[in-house]
Amino acid sequence: MVAKTLYDKLWDEHVVRVDDNGTALLYIDRQLIHEVTSPQAFEGLRLAGRKPWRTSANLAVPDHNVPTTDRTAGIADPVARVQVEALGTNCLTFGITELNMGDKRQGVVHVIGPEQGFTLPGSTVVCGDSHTATHGAFGALAFGIGTSEVEHALATQTLIQRKSKSMLISVDGKLGAGVTAKDIVLAIIGKIGTAGGTGYVIEFGGEAIRDLSMEGRMTVCNMAIEAGARAGLIGVDEKTVDYMRGRPLAPAGELFERAAAHWRTLVSDAGAQFDTVIHLDAAEVQPQITWGTSPEMVLPVDGKVPSPEDAGDEVKASGIRRALDYMGLTAGTPLTEIRPDKVFIGSCTNSRIEDLRAAAEIAKGRKVAEGIKLAMVVPGSGLVKEQAEAEGLDKIFTEAGFEWREPGCSMCLAMNADRLEPGERCASTSNRNFEGRQGQGGRTHLVSPAMAAAAAVTGHFVDVREL
Amino acid sequence: MEAFKNFTGVVAPLDRANVDTDAIIPKQFLKSIKRTGFGPYLFDEWRYLDHGEPDMDCSGRPRNPEFVLNDPRFAQAQILLARENFGCGSSREHAPWALTDFGFRVILAPSFADIFFNNSFKNGLLPIVLDAKTIDALFAKAGGETPLSISVDLSAQTLTLDDGSVIDFDVDAGSKRRLIEGLDDIGLTLQEVETIRAYEERRRQEAPWLFI
Repeated sequence: MVAKTLYDKLWDEHVVRVDDNGTALLYIDRQLIHEVTSPQAFEGLRLAGRKPWRTSANLAVPDHNVPTTDRTAGIADPVARVQVEALGTNCLTFGITELNMGDKRQGVVHVIGPEQGFTLPGSTVVCGDSHTATHGAFGALAFGIGTSEVEHALATQTLIQRKSKSMLISVDGKLGAGVTAKDIVLAIIGKIGTAGGTGYVIEFGGEAIRDLSMEGRMTVCNMAIEAGARAGLIGVDEKTVDYMRGRPLAPAGELFERAAAHWRTLVSDAGAQFDTVIHLDAAEVQPQITWGTSPEMVLPVDGKVPSPEDAGDEVKASGIRRALDYMGLTAGTPLTEIRPDKVFIGSCTNSRIEDLRAAAEIAKGRKVAEGIKLAMVVPGSGLVKEQAEAEGLDKIFTEAGFEWREPGCSMCLAMNADRLEPGERCASTSNRNFEGRQGQGGRTHLVSPAMAAAAAVTGHFVDVREL
Repeated sequence: MEAFKNFTGVVAPLDRANVDTDAIIPKQFLKSIKRTGFGPYLFDEWRYLDHGEPDMDCSGRPRNPEFVLNDPRFAQAQILLARENFGCGSSREHAPWALTDFGFRVILAPSFADIFFNNSFKNGLLPIVLDAKTIDALFAKAGGETPLSISVDLSAQTLTLDDGSVIDFDVDAGSKRRLIEGLDDIGLTLQEVETIRAYEERRRQEAPWLFI
């Protein structure tokens, strides 16, 4: 028998048919839907007189536009309100389950999918959102799609796809203390670049990946898209199976055991061939901070802001010049001298219980530094919020001077009221430091939750291991 | 979708790498529930000096004179010349909607981000990958006094420059056919209802937990 990669297995199980030129019709088991990329898809169905192929294969939640402050008065922004209401109406019309803003299970789409057990190992998962890569942590083939494909998946339960190339990134050995999943994935992007994974599905393996919790694995896969990959994947093990047990939408009883037996086969076979293999020594990964306007513009915490003269070519040099200008930084400045104005702990990358625990551990008994205008914690879902409150994390944060908010995408992309003002600098646990991402003229530094909390309590970036 | 017709158009050079979809169409415009009307807000934060909001009248907004699309030579451009990893980041299809609404029909770059690349084909926008050397040469030509103009022939898969030189390009056969014929993907897929149902029935037996 030919040794298969995990990606080969997932692909082969989901091909409905394939053309001579390699274009396949791929069956989609699960679609997550949010308010921003779906209204035009539902409108398309309506105009063509079509219905969803299988309503139970879909789960909807508003997250991008929802306020993270008191929600009893609804959404103040009338344009955002219309969009969130449109999701509710569309779900009602087409018979799709929605966890609406009043539901305690509501949250960021990539947090609630796994939390509810909607995301299953071995399934294909799509969503009109690039961070769908997150669900690959469960050995699911999960990728972001545009609105036309949202409509296609709704109407046909399939997508027209071509198979990607396969890459294995093996993170060997053990991580040092204070180094997290976020640092691993930022270091990987720093190494291979934001286009390093273009055309590939990346499987993350190695001891350091196997040592991660499911939350940590989600953080790594979440940012596979930031390396340009179609999807990120991690093979199934007992942690995966244990995580699934008892989830509301996961199978139960005898069916669970049958499913689990299959899930355990969802690993790359020994000797499976990848198109590219990259190794990273976990022991060398340090806490990471981005300094520029692309996730690949990242350095270890003891680094200094680079100079355009260090770049290999003119396109790169002009990219660095533009980034330094936008970020208001001078080449040669130690990263630990950079002082954020705001701190954001949240997003589909880092808003799960483990992330909040890591940030709370730093915040405990300390105070947000004077220079910080706002430090906010936005849990990934209502259930994460509930769990954190049961553990007393909310108290730790509010006593330290952090704001404790309602769940949503919030300042990761600043579609709601949570945003940076022009020139403001943010230590953020989100995934993108693009120009204007957190608000026009806003300056983003991507870090882990512990590093963000450390910046909040000291007023500047600092090596969390030295606190 | 409208069928893709051959045309001759002006090339606008956008000389930066990793242009992300947040830059192509900023988040505040994603609150729209329509597919149209995004063109005036294309590259909003680079194109204008003030802060843009949905439904704003852009005719009187202060423009950034340094931005390529504000140069009168490129105001009617139909071909965008870009650097590597164009369209990275968010999956928002609003990016190709804004580009086509502005008037772009072809984008030339050494590489594209995957989701953007797929989204473009669904909207009659043709992304063409050319090697870095060819892209460099086109940037050198596109920056002159007289803008560079290119004739695009999708059937023949050629770009003919105004000096008569010809560049061949690759395109996936299925995508090419759908563009030329202006086919509706969903309509095509639904011709295979029986195949999909047969697959589904088999999977219900093999992996019933996926159908609860």
